[in-house]
Amino acid sequence: MAKHVVSTVAEIPPGSRKLLEVAGRSIGVFNLGGEFFAIRNRCPHQGAALCTGQLGSAVTSPGPGRYDVHREGEILRCPWHGWEYDVRTGQSWFDPKGVRVKAYETVVAPGSSLVPPAPGLEPGPYVAETYPVSVEENYVLVEV
Amino acid sequence: MDAPNPTVIDCDVHAVLPSIGALLPFLPAYWREQVEQTGFKGPVDTWYPPGLPTSARPGSAPAGGGPAASTVELIQRDVLGEAPHPAFAILNCDCAVETLHNPDAASAVAGALNEWISAAWLSRDKRLRASIVVPSQFPELAVREIERRAREPGFVQVLLPVRSEAPYGSLNFRPVFAAAARHGLPVALHFGGVPGNPPTPVGWPSFYLEEYAGMTGVFQTHLISIIAGGVFDEHPQLRLVLAEGGFAWLPAMLWRFDKNWKGLRREIPWVRRPPSEYVWEHVRLTTAPLDAPEDPAQLRSAIAQLGSEDMLLYASDYPHAHGDSASDPVWEGLSGALKAKIMSGNARALYRL
Amino acid sequence: MKTPKKPPAGDPATLVDCDIHNHLTQEAVARYLPKKWQDYDRQFGRRSSPGDFYPKATPMASRTDAWPPGGGPPGSDLAFLRTQLLDAWPIEIGVLNTLITIKNQYRDYDAALATAANACQIAEWLAPEPRLRASLLVPFEDAALAVDEIRRHGGDRRFVQVLIPSRTSEPLGQRKYWPLYAAASEHGLPIGIHFGGWSGGHPISGAGWPAYYLEYHTGMIQTFQAHLISLVCEGVFEEFPDLKVVFIEGGLAWIAPLLWRLDRSWRQLKAENPRLRKAPSEYVRSHFWLTTQPVEEPPGPGQFLEMLSQLGMDDRLLFSTDYPHWDFDNPDSALPSAVPAALRQKMRRDNARALYRLN
Repeated sequence: MAKHVVSTVAEIPPGSRKLLEVAGRSIGVFNLGGEFFAIRNRCPHQGAALCTGQLGSAVTSPGPGRYDVHREGEILRCPWHGWEYDVRTGQSWFDPKGVRVKAYETVVAPGSSLVPPAPGLEPGPYVAETYPVSVEENYVLVEV
Repeated sequence: MDAPNPTVIDCDVHAVLPSIGALLPFLPAYWREQVEQTGFKGPVDTWYPPGLPTSARPGSAPAGGGPAASTVELIQRDVLGEAPHPAFAILNCDCAVETLHNPDAASAVAGALNEWISAAWLSRDKRLRASIVVPSQFPELAVREIERRAREPGFVQVLLPVRSEAPYGSLNFRPVFAAAARHGLPVALHFGGVPGNPPTPVGWPSFYLEEYAGMTGVFQTHLISIIAGGVFDEHPQLRLVLAEGGFAWLPAMLWRFDKNWKGLRREIPWVRRPPSEYVWEHVRLTTAPLDAPEDPAQLRSAIAQLGSEDMLLYASDYPHAHGDSASDPVWEGLSGALKAKIMSGNARALYRL
Repeated sequence: MKTPKKPPAGDPATLVDCDIHNHLTQEAVARYLPKKWQDYDRQFGRRSSPGDFYPKATPMASRTDAWPPGGGPPGSDLAFLRTQLLDAWPIEIGVLNTLITIKNQYRDYDAALATAANACQIAEWLAPEPRLRASLLVPFEDAALAVDEIRRHGGDRRFVQVLIPSRTSEPLGQRKYWPLYAAASEHGLPIGIHFGGWSGGHPISGAGWPAYYLEYHTGMIQTFQAHLISLVCEGVFEEFPDLKVVFIEGGLAWIAPLLWRLDRSWRQLKAENPRLRKAPSEYVRSHFWLTTQPVEEPPGPGQFLEMLSQLGMDDRLLFSTDYPHWDFDNPDSALPSAVPAALRQKMRRDNARALYRLN
């Protein structure tokens, strides 16, 4: 496993997402209110490109006729059959223990920590072959 | 006379009104006069044309004439007195009250039917229990009738015809389930009913066979509606009985309903578990008709696919005849424990017998 | 973007998709309408579906990733359909089931729309794309007008079936529809019945209008159930012994239990209709074909195969995706891997080639 630089922070503003290939996998990186999350772009049901689906709210209800809406923008609906996934954890809404999509550790790191050899800092582990890194920016890293 | 067999409970036996005359002692004065002077006969439509082999098994018609299953003596002779000698029989009087568009007529006739059931049946044989007949097309009046009967120990269930103008899970009908739940009464949807609208989404079939075989679609509509509407979420103790509708169709419906729920559940967010889990917990089905295939192993596999051993309720459906027999090979292949539940265990738990 | 699983070894190299929905926009159909009907279309337009609206989970009941980047609704752009479907999987033939509104109260208008839509299909779909076949749209509630349309195109082998939506105003076995069956049989065309339509005002169930789209979708089989029973019980297959019927998007698992019930009850109630010389299940197994989507997803691993075994119609199963609808089945993963290779081949290709005479 290695941390891969996938984006600058600025490229994925809050509420948006980026789809990319990392280590041969299609992954979606999401910015939820300044926090970054990455999940596999493949629904475990029939293989749809999950991360292209609509982002919506969690809808719960204590009883008929009541619709409690929360966590707006954090629930991803598969573009095909509408299965809902919690972007933060990759768990499906209808069966959180049994059905989930792979979620990847995601961190933000300043460019200065990624450009070797910074004085007094150890480089890596990170992979940035396809992503140019500069000390002025902050970057999103996904561990795959 | 053979003693009642405590391991057998018959969950669907018909109590047939011979004519409106039998209700006269129980109707209020106004309605007695209506019957005597206007030609009002109460509900006249029946789902069971008297001449058909399915409507009355051989030997069930009373010697003196009149419809089969119209007196307690006939039930004592042919159901309680015959193998398998059930310890209890649940009477369903599916007189088509829903055809009466006058709400007060519907209410009066339903009330009189229940009085008649009480006087002419329940009080004459302690092995009998009965479903409460209600004016189902008027939910408020149905609630009143349930409140009137619920405390009589012989009434163990609320009866609804499976055919209706609107799905029973709809909001308008909720008070009826609330009343049944309040009194710990299961609600039974029974084959038949004469609501006036066609029994299919595509109009009126030509043949009796079509409506008879196709009735399973109507059972499905209500089951889906009741779960989707959150009736069981509102009333966790409520039980639903599907009577005389068969059961082999249920697994296919559950597969589809569960699959759809996974993606569409946001539309009914109060349904927090897969629909099949609600069905295992809340729904029971009688075993007549069996709708058995040539190969009994296939029906046994349908029984296994139901997903729960608590769901089936043995019934003779007297006096109707579906070509099933009590010695159908499907029963042989079932485990002793499952058979015991089907023959009485599930009914005892459901009706607290 | 599609990320398919590798299909199981032994899958045939190509497959036939028996249910694709090309969307003909109002403008597209209008291009082929005579002027008087163009004017009518513009001023009065489509008029049906009283009280019949259910919001369908996603816009146009479609996969949310199926909107063509160049604009237009899902299924309206042939180039995008190639990209997302025909080229994305080894589809040798795709059968189009166009679901435009041929369910208006004004029957002559329906006939004009059907004729125009068929002309549009030929010019804009069949001509440019040799992998496509189409279903013939007809004004099915008017037998004479429908027969005219069948005769107009019956000799064109690119139309592989006559399409009737499942929500009709009467059960499809009834005599008012028999002239269509005569004309279809004459041309060797199956009748394809696909979910949809209007039903002349009947609610979408046999017990009134459900509240939720989930009920509607789960209850869709009821229309097919009513038609299966009607077609059999009315003796349609005695009258038209060569008639073939395809249930498209009707599901599979409900059929065997219904056949058990029908056979049992028919034995007791035979006297009602002496036209029927065989058990209902025999008619069904010899005259019906069934598409696979939406594929059943039973909880237990052996249950899918058990269901197919009880159904006993291995030569009649037709794979379909239902592209671009949301309940789309992925050709790589929809059929359980337990389905044996020989049966997979029949379902994915050979049964359709035989039925629709694709060779």
